[in-house]
Amino acid sequence: MAIVFKKPHALTDIPFHYCAGCTHGIVHRLVAEVLDELDIEGKTVGVAPVGCAVMNYDYFNCDIIEAPHGRAPAVATGLKRAMPDNVVFTYQGDGDLAAIGTAETVHSATRGENITVIFINNAIYGMTGGQMAPTSLPNQVTQTTPYGRDVNTAGYPVRVCELLSNIDGVAYLERVSVDCVKNVIAAKKAIKKAFQNQIDKKGFSLVEILSTCPTNWGMTPSESLQWVRDKMMPYYPLGVYKDGVKGDRLK
Amino acid sequence: MSEKILMKGNEALAEAAIQAGCKFFFGYPITPQTELAAYMSKKMPKIGGTYLQAESETAAINMVLGASAAGVRVMTSSSSPGISLKAEGISYIAACDLPAVIINVQRGGPGLGGIQPSQSDYWQATKATGHGDFQLLVYAPSTVQEMVDLVELAFDKADEYRIPSMILADGMLGQMMEPVEIKEGHTPKVFDKPWALNGHKNSRPHNIINSLSLDAVTLEKWNIARYEKYAKILENEQRSIEYMTEDAEYIVVAYGASSRVALSAVYEAREQGIKVGLLKPITLWPFPKKALQEKVPTTKKFLVVEMSMGQMIDDVKLSIECQRPVEFFGRTGGIIPSVPEVLNCIKKMGGVE
Repeated sequence: MAIVFKKPHALTDIPFHYCAGCTHGIVHRLVAEVLDELDIEGKTVGVAPVGCAVMNYDYFNCDIIEAPHGRAPAVATGLKRAMPDNVVFTYQGDGDLAAIGTAETVHSATRGENITVIFINNAIYGMTGGQMAPTSLPNQVTQTTPYGRDVNTAGYPVRVCELLSNIDGVAYLERVSVDCVKNVIAAKKAIKKAFQNQIDKKGFSLVEILSTCPTNWGMTPSESLQWVRDKMMPYYPLGVYKDGVKGDRLK
Repeated sequence: MSEKILMKGNEALAEAAIQAGCKFFFGYPITPQTELAAYMSKKMPKIGGTYLQAESETAAINMVLGASAAGVRVMTSSSSPGISLKAEGISYIAACDLPAVIINVQRGGPGLGGIQPSQSDYWQATKATGHGDFQLLVYAPSTVQEMVDLVELAFDKADEYRIPSMILADGMLGQMMEPVEIKEGHTPKVFDKPWALNGHKNSRPHNIINSLSLDAVTLEKWNIARYEKYAKILENEQRSIEYMTEDAEYIVVAYGASSRVALSAVYEAREQGIKVGLLKPITLWPFPKKALQEKVPTTKKFLVVEMSMGQMIDDVKLSIECQRPVEFFGRTGGIIPSVPEVLNCIKKMGGVE
C-alpha cells in the first residue's frame, strides 16, 4: 500500500502541548517537512526560544538547545561559527525576537550570520497569559492594554520584515501566513527557501509567519484565522521583503 | 620554544587561551581588558579561529553558550560592569552544565565605577554571578605567569567537570608587564563531549541542551545532582599558595594584586621579627578552606587584605568557623593598598607598634 501521508521524521513522537487552534503545530510540521526534504536533520541544530515554543526541543528530532529569552540569534551565532557546516535555525515568537531580543535580531542580521530564523508573529505574549507584544495592533485589547493598545503611550507595532529590509547582511525576508491551505503551502515554500539559502551560504534569512493565539485573543480557532486575515494582514502585508545574497546592494 | 618573554597580563591571558586550544572568542570592548580582545582579533584569523565583537556583553556570553554547546573550547572576557551584563548567560551556561572560560579583569564599582584595579566583584564571582543555585570555578592569579598557567587549568577543569570557570583578575594584573613562559606547541587535553550539539548525523538520538523544567521535583533533582558535582570540586580542587607559614603566629590572607602588596609587607614584618606568613588563595571557589583550617591551632590572628570594602573576609571567617579573630584592611574604588599600610596592620595585629 502506498503511503500518502506520514509524520515527518524530523518530529519526535512527543505530543505538542499547544492550545487548540494555535498555529505553532502547523509551523512545526512545515519546518520538520523541510528538514526531511532537504535531508538535513542529521546536521541541523535548532535553537528554541522562551515563549510558547520553549519546549520545541522535545518536538524537533535534530540536536537542539533552549536559549535565554531573546538571545536565540546570539546562541545560533555561536553554534554556527563553531560548526559552519551545520545548519542552524532559531524558532522565536514576537516578544522574544522583537522586544527583549531586538538587538540580537538586528545584529545577527547586520553580521549576515548564515542562519535561518523562523519568526512567529501572533501579536501577543502567549505563555505568560496574553500581555501586549511589540507586534500587538493599535487598539488591541490585551492583559496589559485592557483599554486597547494606545499608540501614544504604548507605541506602535513593530514591522519586523520592513525593519530588517534595509540591513545589508540580510539575504531573505518574507512574511507569510498559515491561515488557509494556500498560504500554508506558500509558507512551506518560504521556510524551505530560508533553509536552502543557508546551505547556499547566502546570509541571514528570516520568515515571519502570521499566527494565531485563540486562547489569549479570546476567540474560537476559526474566528482567530479570520482575525489574522481581517486585522493582521492589513498592518503586516504578506510578501517578500528581500530576496538576494547578503551585501548584494553594495556590489 | 619555551623562553621567557615580556608580556602584558591581558595579552598573556589571550595567548595562554590560544595555547590551551581555544579557537573561539566572543567579546565586547571594555576597559581595562581591552588588550585581551585586541590580541584575539589579531591572532584568531591567523590560526583559523573566530574573533567576534558582539553587539553587547549579553550577546557575547550567549555566543559563548552556543559555541560551548557545539563542543568547542570558547572564551569571553570583560570587566566588572560587563560581567554584570553577562550574568544571565553565565547562569544558563552553568545550568546547562557547559564548559567555558570567562575572564573578569576587575575595575572599581559599583555602577560605572572607575577603570582602576579593584577586587570588589569577589561576591559576584563566588556567590551570586547570576540567578539560581550554581557556582563557577574561580581562579585568582597574582602574577602574569599565574595568569598564563591558570587559563589552561581553567579550560581543563571546565571540560572535566562541565562547569564554567572564571579567571578573576584585576586592572593591575591586566595592565602590568612581567616576564612569562608560555608553553607553545604542546597538545592541549581533549575531552570527549558526547553531549555536544554537532548534528546527530542520523547515528544517535538527538541531543538536547536545556535548563527548563516546569516540574519542581525534576528541577530539584537536577540541582541536587549538580551539587554532587560541586561536592567533588570542593573536595578535590581547592588550591592555595603559602609563604612563611611554617612557624607563623599570624597569617595574612590575600589573593590577586593585593596578595603582592601583602607579601611585601610580610617580608618587611619578618625582618622586624614578627612571625607572620601569607596564605594566597588560588581558587576562590572552591575556597581553600582546608588549608586555612590547618592553620587555626597555630595561628593567633588572621588579617585579610582586599581591594574592596571586605568580601573575601566572610569566607575566611566561615573557613575557620570564627575560631580566631579575623582583622581586615582594604582599599577600594581603584586604590591599591600600600606596603606601609599593610605592614602597620600586621604590626598592630602582632602587638608591635
